[in-house]
Amino acid sequence: MLRYVIRRISAMLPVAFVAITTCFFIIRLAPGGPFDRERTLPPTIKANMLAAYDMDQPLWVQYFRYIGRLLHGDLGPSMVNQTFSVNEMIALGFPFTATLGLSAFVLATTAGILAGTISALNQNKWPDYLLVLFVMVGVVVPNFLTAHLMQLVFGVYLRWLPAAGYSPGSLLHLIMPVIVLGLAHAARVSRLMRGSMIEVLGTNYVRTARAKGLGERLVIARHALRPALMPVVSYLGPGLSYLLTGSLVVEQVFGLPGIGKYFISAALNRDYGLVLGTVILYIFIILVLNLLVDLVYALLDPKVRYS
Amino acid sequence: MKIHQVIKAAIAASAIALMMSSAALAVTLNLHNGSEPRTLDPAKQNGNWEDRVISDMIEGMMTIDNKGNVINGQAASYEVSEDGLTYTFKIRNDAVWSDGTPVTAKDFVTGLERLLNPATAATYASLAYFIEGAQDYNTAPEEGKPAKDPSMIGIKAIDDKTVQYKLRGPTPYFLSALIHPSMYPVPSHKVAEFGEDWSKPENIIGNGAYKVTEFVPGSHAISVKNDKYYDAANVKIDDIKYFFIDDTSAALALYRSGGLDIMSDLPTDQLQLIKDQFPGQAPLTPILSVYYYEFNQTDPVLKDPEIRKALSTTINRLAITDQILASGVKPQYSWVPPGIGNYEGGQYTPDWQPDGSSPEAFEADYAKLVADAKAVMESKGYTADNKLKLTLRYNANPDHERIAIAVASMWDAINVSIELVKSDSAGPHYTALEQGDFQIGRSGWGLDFNDPQNMLELLLTGAKQADGTISWGNNHGRYSNPKYDELIAAAGKELDLVKRSGLMHEAEKLALDEFAAAPIYTYVTKWVVSPKISGYVPNPLERHFVRYMSKAE
Amino acid sequence: MAGITSKDLVLTRYAEALGQATPTKGRSLTQDALGRLVRNRAALASIILIILIGLIAFIGPYFVPWDFSKVDWSAIRKPPDWAKGHYFGTDVNGRDVLSRMMQGTQMSLTVAFVATFVSVTIGITYGAIAGYFGGRIDGLMMRFVDVMYAMPYILFVIILVVIFGRSPVLLFVGIGCLEWLTMARIVRGQTLALKEREFVEAARAGGAGPLAIIRRHVVPNLTGPVVIYATLTIPEIIITESFLSYLGLGVQEPRTSLGTLISQSASAVESQPWLLLYPAAVLITLLLSFTYIGDGLRDAFDPKDR
Repeated sequence: MLRYVIRRISAMLPVAFVAITTCFFIIRLAPGGPFDRERTLPPTIKANMLAAYDMDQPLWVQYFRYIGRLLHGDLGPSMVNQTFSVNEMIALGFPFTATLGLSAFVLATTAGILAGTISALNQNKWPDYLLVLFVMVGVVVPNFLTAHLMQLVFGVYLRWLPAAGYSPGSLLHLIMPVIVLGLAHAARVSRLMRGSMIEVLGTNYVRTARAKGLGERLVIARHALRPALMPVVSYLGPGLSYLLTGSLVVEQVFGLPGIGKYFISAALNRDYGLVLGTVILYIFIILVLNLLVDLVYALLDPKVRYS
Repeated sequence: MKIHQVIKAAIAASAIALMMSSAALAVTLNLHNGSEPRTLDPAKQNGNWEDRVISDMIEGMMTIDNKGNVINGQAASYEVSEDGLTYTFKIRNDAVWSDGTPVTAKDFVTGLERLLNPATAATYASLAYFIEGAQDYNTAPEEGKPAKDPSMIGIKAIDDKTVQYKLRGPTPYFLSALIHPSMYPVPSHKVAEFGEDWSKPENIIGNGAYKVTEFVPGSHAISVKNDKYYDAANVKIDDIKYFFIDDTSAALALYRSGGLDIMSDLPTDQLQLIKDQFPGQAPLTPILSVYYYEFNQTDPVLKDPEIRKALSTTINRLAITDQILASGVKPQYSWVPPGIGNYEGGQYTPDWQPDGSSPEAFEADYAKLVADAKAVMESKGYTADNKLKLTLRYNANPDHERIAIAVASMWDAINVSIELVKSDSAGPHYTALEQGDFQIGRSGWGLDFNDPQNMLELLLTGAKQADGTISWGNNHGRYSNPKYDELIAAAGKELDLVKRSGLMHEAEKLALDEFAAAPIYTYVTKWVVSPKISGYVPNPLERHFVRYMSKAE
Repeated sequence: MAGITSKDLVLTRYAEALGQATPTKGRSLTQDALGRLVRNRAALASIILIILIGLIAFIGPYFVPWDFSKVDWSAIRKPPDWAKGHYFGTDVNGRDVLSRMMQGTQMSLTVAFVATFVSVTIGITYGAIAGYFGGRIDGLMMRFVDVMYAMPYILFVIILVVIFGRSPVLLFVGIGCLEWLTMARIVRGQTLALKEREFVEAARAGGAGPLAIIRRHVVPNLTGPVVIYATLTIPEIIITESFLSYLGLGVQEPRTSLGTLISQSASAVESQPWLLLYPAAVLITLLLSFTYIGDGLRDAFDPKDR
């Protein structure tokens, strides 16, 4: 097991390295640069700024300096934000994005499993139709629209929740963002759950269990739930990485301090330092989650060998 | 470790805030700040989203009252030499930094030296070029040459409380330039201690009414009242929460739900709703600024002033301001915005300006302008079947986009077919303009200080660089007329305000009669202020210090 | 965006099921599946709806009084007005919402089909080559897929927008170039399985080149995954496009798309509801329909039911 993990990690590092290198050069293809502002800088001042960030050097020199710093765990300066370095921004933003993503993950997964099961048990009856409709809406309505509408209804009209903004330690500020972020995930989990539950309920051993006279609840809890959960479990990995890397819109609409918001503003401002920092973080989230999923799968399913 | 400090400070601050609010004593102002400040260092600031936080914390030699008039700040008094080139300031005796250290002349000298030091890479360093030796010192020494000596800058600490500035020419706007954050003092003892990190939220101190105690990137900053400020007795609001929310509709939602006391920007398409639901809370008064279109005059077609005239005169400015935007902005035909100081004499009015006295008169005049322009275009071979194809560049923003669509539709009537080109953000847009990679481009200018000079120098011929290229600065259209340059140079040497204004008026008329660019409208302030707040007065520089405000619960 | 639909998972599971079933002749299978699809009422209704929306979007502009880029100065930001021919009202620039919706639907459908076509083509070619040649080539090619999987999709999309921003079709060709990864993996798996089979060996012995074998024996067996993949990719691209519009990176005016129409009007829903409601209804109908067709196809092509 340990050897498998080590081998997987050593295979991961070159992938991460190639991905980081590609990103370093690709971001430079975009027209404009971090020091292009609304106002033209006099050439002397622009030269000062380029020099301050090593950007007067040839690109390959910049690349090796960047990689050199990266090996020491230093993501370098942000080229736009002069108050915080990239490390500091990520250290402040990632815990928030992770809180948002993990809360949405736990809540939405639970809700999705529940909704899917209820749907399957009431197949083609009104609770099923209602839930399927709700789930479909969750899948197809763009999340910026859901966010805007919720903001309007719960923040402005009903005033139940803060319409936007963030205050350290406040849970109220997180409720709407978590719901909007988790909605699509819950919908997808519920679709998967409904499908597999219907399938499982039709299998012989569930029928046998029923025939033995076991109560419906017991049949479901003891015999149907576990096999029906398998496809859901295999979706959780990609689902979580989507929740962690897909918080851009929610953070933007609700004015929250997270990695997604940094990434968007960094990309638009051509803040190479911060773009790369967030991208590297995303790459590691994706790779680590892939690894975790494989490990969990291996633990759950003894058929999979660490080959 | 610094992160921990920030977090600790944040926790401590919120604990204190909680205690204070439970005691129902503290008055908090919830202020929508728009974008997030990229820095708290006054030398490195770039715009009003930084200015708001910095200027509530650090005060310059001069400052403004709530109407925008220049008044003494850290200065107790000042003297001007007869030739207008030397200013000597006495610093207030009760001026102290928030850690108790007195503000000294050295703090001002250090502030200016840092601003102009090439290593600081300050965006606004050029603003101080009117100070003797400033431009020279700000230009990095050539390779191999030693670093320049900061004593070449025309600033001197005569004694602990006396500062003297030497200017390279008469600068009637000098005092109003001193209210700009780039000219602020810095706590030289903190700069010595922390270097460039002195302006990090956990290190920074101020000599103004407030001091930043919490800064969460992407979210907000909190400033609390500085009890050591000389005028602290009259500061009524205890702390300020600056919200960093770029999305104006999100900010509006928060304002509507009572979460904000002031918005510093508003979504134009929601203005009607704001007017209906919050009558009188959006003053929409003009600010010193111009929204304009630039014509690239190195383009073979656009270098023809007759074509530029046809294009500029057929922009129906009234339709843009009243129908398309309907945001309270006013049409502008002059280059220098109305209401500016140091500008004796009437505003420039072109002879073709349509009669605005009644809608009918305007329509008639505008129809004639279109007919004339169409005739000119046809005489140059551009007919309905052979339209002149031009591109119009703008950066992603709903208002810029709507104006561009409207103007394209207006120009369609004079046989000009416009291709719209949008940049994803302001940076790349202005890069394209700087590089001359455009035909017509959207631009805007908000004045840094209340003087026409700041507007007129936008049309100066570019300066030749060492490598032979010309740096056009913000003159993206590359308008160039030696006569214009001479007039502006003469005005720069003129001490008499009336004569100086005369020269500037002449220059403005010269450039606009040649259609150097097409001014479209004067921006208005987009602040929305809750009736709970008093002490807010709209001013043309759109700078408002919280120390003048109070909040009724 | 990767993960917006659970496309990857659905397909991977489908491919696993397919791998356990025996590949048969392509044509009869497809006809079989089509028959089953048509019997699925929800899917059939969805197909009809999509065809209807498509027809209106592409032919409709010839029958409406206003051009999508024409400014009506007398009607700026006005609700529906039948007398003037603005059946769905006008936008903030005085342009007819109905004709803009038709143009926007055209644009959304076009970019979605373009991106899907590109991604399917690349996916099939890449996967088939890797699977057919195997060995070191396969290892190298699949390692590249791993690298691509690790990259944040959205970064590339934004870079592509910035580079190709002016041509929406080119932009979505670019986006198609990012979407092919899952397709390539499935095709590779199928090819690996198929190339060991007798009829492929026979063809090879008969002197057929690799390209001919891939074309004649591998590709026809991929109808199921390709069709399902395509129906799931189309709505995904439409959502990606609306997400980009929200960030202000949408198609260049005066052209528009459903996503642009919705994102521009989302905040003004109280003051100008007509600007949001109609485009949102079309977008949601389209996305729902594609989802139902995807479901229907998965059932229809289900190897277990064969």
